[in-house]
Formats: sequence, C-alpha cells, structure tokens
Amino acid sequence: MADPLICQCRKRLSKAFEVEADLRIPLDRAPVTVLFGPSGSGKTTLLRLLAGLERPDAGSIAFGGRTWFDAARGIHLPPQQRRAGFLFQDYALFPHLTVARNVAYNASHETARQLLDTFGLADLAASKPRAISGGQQQRVALARALAAQPALLLLDEPLSALDALTRSRTRHELRRMLLTGGVPSIVVTHDRMEAVTLGDWMAVMVNGRIRQAGPVQDVFRRPADPQVAESVGVENVLAAEIVGRQSGLLVLQVCGQGNGQACGGRIRCVDSGETGPVFACIRAEDVAIAPRMDQVSSARNRLAGCVRAVIAEGALARVELDCGFPLVALVTAQSAAELALGEGDNVAAVIKATSVHLAAHSGAGNLARSREKV
Amino acid sequence: MDWQAIWLSVRLAGATTAILLALGLPIAYWLTFSPRRWKFLVEALVALPLVLPPTVLGFYVLLAIGPRSPLGALYAKLTGGMLPFSFQGLLLASVLYSFPFAVQPVAAAFAGVDRRLLEASWCLGVSRAATFRRVIVPLALPGIATGAILSFAHTLGEFGVVLMVGGNISGVTRTVSISIYDSVQALNYAAAGETSLFLVCVSFTVLALTYALQRRIWTVWPIH
Repeated sequence: MADPLICQCRKRLSKAFEVEADLRIPLDRAPVTVLFGPSGSGKTTLLRLLAGLERPDAGSIAFGGRTWFDAARGIHLPPQQRRAGFLFQDYALFPHLTVARNVAYNASHETARQLLDTFGLADLAASKPRAISGGQQQRVALARALAAQPALLLLDEPLSALDALTRSRTRHELRRMLLTGGVPSIVVTHDRMEAVTLGDWMAVMVNGRIRQAGPVQDVFRRPADPQVAESVGVENVLAAEIVGRQSGLLVLQVCGQGNGQACGGRIRCVDSGETGPVFACIRAEDVAIAPRMDQVSSARNRLAGCVRAVIAEGALARVELDCGFPLVALVTAQSAAELALGEGDNVAAVIKATSVHLAAHSGAGNLARSREKV
Repeated sequence: MDWQAIWLSVRLAGATTAILLALGLPIAYWLTFSPRRWKFLVEALVALPLVLPPTVLGFYVLLAIGPRSPLGALYAKLTGGMLPFSFQGLLLASVLYSFPFAVQPVAAAFAGVDRRLLEASWCLGVSRAATFRRVIVPLALPGIATGAILSFAHTLGEFGVVLMVGGNISGVTRTVSISIYDSVQALNYAAAGETSLFLVCVSFTVLALTYALQRRIWTVWPIH
C-alpha cells in the first residue's frame, strides 16, 4: 500500500479567504479518505493544490517519499509528474472521443479494454460521452483515471452531478469501485451520508482550515469543536456544565438561553472523561418525541419541552422545541401527524444517553456562535 | 478574364493562410491561456489591422522592408533580392494585414474549450503540447476553419496594401483586385465585370460551403 500524504500548505484565494491545510493522511491504512466540509470551505481548492492544478503560496506537499511541492526549495511538480488521477465534478470526459478512446487516452488499448470490462462499459465502448447517462459517465471517468495508473486518486464531489436517486444507489458502488481499483483515494464531499458510506478516514474542513481528522466514525461520534459538529450534521450543539456523575453516567446541566444562567434542563450521557465546560452534541434524528412525560422507556433523558415550530421537510418533520434551551428533533412526518404536534404543545423529548456526544468547550467566541446557530 | 492575376491572388491567399495558421495558433493559445496582465496590449496590436486604413499599414510595411531598413538589408544580404514590389514582400504585408482574421476566431474557439478538459488531460499525464494537439485543436476545429477561410478570403480581396507594397507588376504583384482596377481605368468595363463577377461567385461559394459544412452560425466579422 501507499505511503502517507503529508500536506502543509496554504493559499490565499481572496483578501478574506485563505485555505490552510496541515494534514497527514494515512493512505497506507485507509483506502478511502473523505475530505468533508460545507460548500465554500475550500475543499476543492485543497484537492487542486494536491493535484498540482494550483500552486500553494507556501508550505510543502509530499507523497510516497516524493516531494510534490516545496515553496522553500522552489519545487512544484506539474500535474503530469504527480501521477494523481483527478475526477472532476462533471467528469470532464473528452466530448470528441468515444468511451473507449477516453479510457485509452493515456493507456494501452489492452489496459483500457480490461477496465471497460471491469466497470461494465464494454457495450458503450463506441458511444460518445454525451450519449450516455451520468452514472455511466462517472464510471468512464473513473476507468480513464485508473487506466493512467495513478498512485493516488482525487475525486471532487463525484456524486453531485447525479440525480438524487442514482446518487444514493451509486454510493456503495463507488466505494466498491474505488476498492477494486486498489488506488488510495481522497474524496471531496459535503454530504455526510456520502462521507459515512465512502470513507474510512475523514478530514473536516471549515472556513479553509482542517479542523479535525481521524477515522470516520470517530469524527462523527466525537466532533472536535462546535463548528465541526455543525458541519457533520449535528443540529443540537448545547453549551453545558458537568454537574455530577451518577451510576457511570455524566450529568450535564445545559445552560439556558440567557447569559450562561443555569436554567436549562439536565441531560445524562456516557462518561467520556471530559471535565469542565463542554458542548453536548445531539443529532436531531436521535431526539424522539413522546406525548407525555410519565412513560417508561430505556432512554435516560426525558425533557419537558414546548413545541415552538413544526417544519415539514419531505418525509420528515423538523420539530423545534424549547426545553429551557432550544432543541431540534427530526421525526417522520407520519409521527408528527400521529402526535398532532402543533405550536405550544407540551411534549417530552426523549434522548438516549448514548446519543449525547461531548465536545470540549473551546472559548467564549465559539460559544456565542454555536448558540446563534442552534 | 485575367487568369494570371486570379492565379497570383490564389497563390498569395493560400500562402498567407498557411503562414497565418502556423503563427496564429500559438499566438491565439498564448492570448487565451496566458495569465499575463499586459496581454491586452498584444490583443490590441493583433486587432490593429482591422481599423487601420490599408494604406497606412502598407506605408509602414514599405518603410520596414525597404533596402535601407535593417529587415530589407538583411533580406538583400541573404537572398540578393529586394522585398518591395516582389511576391515575398506582398506575402509579408498580407500576413500582417489578415492577422486578426486568423487569430481572433481561433482565440475565441480556444476560449470556448472547457478548461477542465485540459486539466483532465494534464492529470492523466499528458504534456501541454500533446494536450494542445489532442484536445484543444480537435475541439476548436470549427474556429480554426473559420480563421483559415476568413484569412484566405480577406487576402483574395485586398487592394490598398498591394498597391502600396507590391505595385502593379504583371505575374508578380498584379493581384485580381488590381487587375479589376486597371481594367476600369482603361475603360474596359467588360473585363472588369467578368473578373468581378468571378470573384463574387468564388467568395460566395466558399462562404456558403463553410456554413453548410459547419452547420453553425458564425459571425463573419471576427470581432468577438
């Protein structure tokens, strides 16, 4: 397997925005790395810096024991010498060449034919890219990149050009194809389902910086800071104090909406060794709603709350509660209808202790921002 | 009909087009893809023959290739001949005169090629030169054809520059437009009419064929 990719570089894109990456991707251990972050966070720029399509202002990039870029030594390998296959968002297939010729663009016809077979494209060999579907174009682009025998694959939002249905079907298939290709890959995405499905390892980028990196499940379960938590899709980021321990669980006092006054409810969660002020991160889909407070269930947390709003989101309903602090729950539209949820109703928010994730509290500035967004 | 003049014009236009393609493609590539800030100066220079009167261009070319100029002296030393009032001198002037007609459509076509296709090619390990040949040129072919046809047609019809630089030497510099002018001066309207009609027919046929082959609407005027 390949060596790690070490990237320490920065590039200024405008007066207000700079991409700065300090990253070590263990491509030797994780076949697929996800570069995750909201739109406009600089993921694509970082990918282009890695490919050699953009030149960093400073820093260095090395892969496989080879220096790709080093500002101090004046090294900047052109894309041709990096052997990093790049998959563009819209695939960038050569429109004047057939599928077979696209794949054989910089490969022997033998290699190309094998890849066409592997990816089930043999029947389309004589077609022009315009005449085939988005999913097929993606396979052609992947086959073309692999045919050139890259040491590393870079994929920029590989599923975003597909319609929603194809996208969800293609996720697993793409991972299978990446593993079949046997080339370590870095996939840019802003979709957390894609991140979970595709990645073994992930790096989260917010406002041009890598904020957290690690195995995918770890990053999702334990976001490093509120902004990471928010970008990985944890809707509830609650400022809280640890006020006690009870039968192996931590007891949190959630701060109210005022200026840090302890008027919110109490939440129990698994003891992860945190101390002091924390953020409790709870995904909206982990919050269930019960009509009354007095029912028994395995969930450790039952918070009395008042419905502030019910917003339909397709098959789901986003329920905004006031439990002394704002709490968002994501339930199915069917459940919301059965419970006849309406503004002003008193309900119970049910949260399992294991669904509450703690992130260390990192300063007043972040606290204020996280409140705004909750 | 003055077949000698027609044949001379066709030779001149053909040679001019060939030279313009060889020079125009790299210059159009540079104009399209160079990040240099001062390239607008080169763009203005390339477009200059569009607005200058042919006599002004011809006057400067005449000065530049005269035997007392460095260029003219060098040419005389190398070949023993003189550039003014020769086919070669006329060719040089024609190339300058038709420059924007070749470069602008080609540059516009290059700019229309999706940049990601070039980047995709580079990332597949293909050099810039090979990418130019394998991706840019095939995709810009309609624009290159337009540039070639416009250069050819424009050279076929040039008058002022020829008069200034080439004069009126039968079989050497008397092009078809000069021949028509001569006939009119000599009150030989029949000959002038014949040759003019021939030129109209040829020009129309070439343009009609181009449009038919490309099945696309281009502006004949190459400014974009």
